[in-house]
Amino acid sequence: MTDRALNTQESAITWHHLDQEDHDHGGGATILGFWIYLMSDALIFASLFAMFGVVSTSYAGGPVPRQIFDIPLVALNTALLLASSITFGQAIPHMEAGRLSSTRRWLAVTGLLGAAFVGVELYEFAHLIAEGAGPQRSAFLSAFFTLVGTHGAHVTVGLIWIAVMLVQIGQNGLNGEIKRRIVCLSMFWHFIDIIWIGVFNFVYLYGVIR
Amino acid sequence: MSTHSLHVASDGNRGHGRRSYWTGCALAVILTVIPFWLVMARPLHDPGWTAAIIFALALVQIVVHVVSFLHLDTQSEEGWTLLAFLFTAVIVILTIGGSVWVMYHLNTNMMPMP
Repeated sequence: MTDRALNTQESAITWHHLDQEDHDHGGGATILGFWIYLMSDALIFASLFAMFGVVSTSYAGGPVPRQIFDIPLVALNTALLLASSITFGQAIPHMEAGRLSSTRRWLAVTGLLGAAFVGVELYEFAHLIAEGAGPQRSAFLSAFFTLVGTHGAHVTVGLIWIAVMLVQIGQNGLNGEIKRRIVCLSMFWHFIDIIWIGVFNFVYLYGVIR
Repeated sequence: MSTHSLHVASDGNRGHGRRSYWTGCALAVILTVIPFWLVMARPLHDPGWTAAIIFALALVQIVVHVVSFLHLDTQSEEGWTLLAFLFTAVIVILTIGGSVWVMYHLNTNMMPMP
């Protein structure tokens, strides 16, 4: 009993200490380190965007964006991902207040929206490949599948991470460590939504008007 | 109990964060709807202007998301997150802008041999 009480107090003190260092999140060096990771991930996407930009008109006699991109479907996907970013923002105040079930509920909603996004994207890819517009058709399509696929892989990793956090909240409750992980996950999730802003504007919308 | 009192202490700061979050949500939705509307309804007939506007809105939306959702400001981590972000932004602009620029000129000025 005594041991347990001491432990709780100790973790509260640690949390307090970290909270003072960083008012936004708590987590000190971890948050900065995770931020640096996100920035390096942004550089990966920058090189993929650059590659796409260079070969975006190399159609090799194959289909052009106007023929193959389904803009209403992209609008649906964009809405799903933006909504999931907003629902994740809903989870954070519940997490800070230590409300377990509300945190899990908003995380689960975020996960479902993210899963719907990945589902729509896989449907789009399968449709393109069935039409003969697969990654081997032209440099434009290779670059398209690489860029959008890498983004989709990030969302999928985010989904696995959300599932892991839901399990860990169930097992350990909302202690300082779990909170720190959820804050990193929220940064990751908002980051992949920011990358999607680049994808829907530069790849899809610009593709169909040029 | 002690956890509860800790959070009360930082309440003022968090209230500000929530306001920025809701402003960010509203701006993000508006900045997403406008480019889709411009491309789907085509109110502007000139594709060049449409492209210029959606690119500009995309840059604004990226800044809105970074400030409202990733909470980038000048104070957090003693300015290191801002410094890392600015460095990344420079590299991103150089990589994308430079590649597209150089390769465009390469494609236009070096015609394939007959």
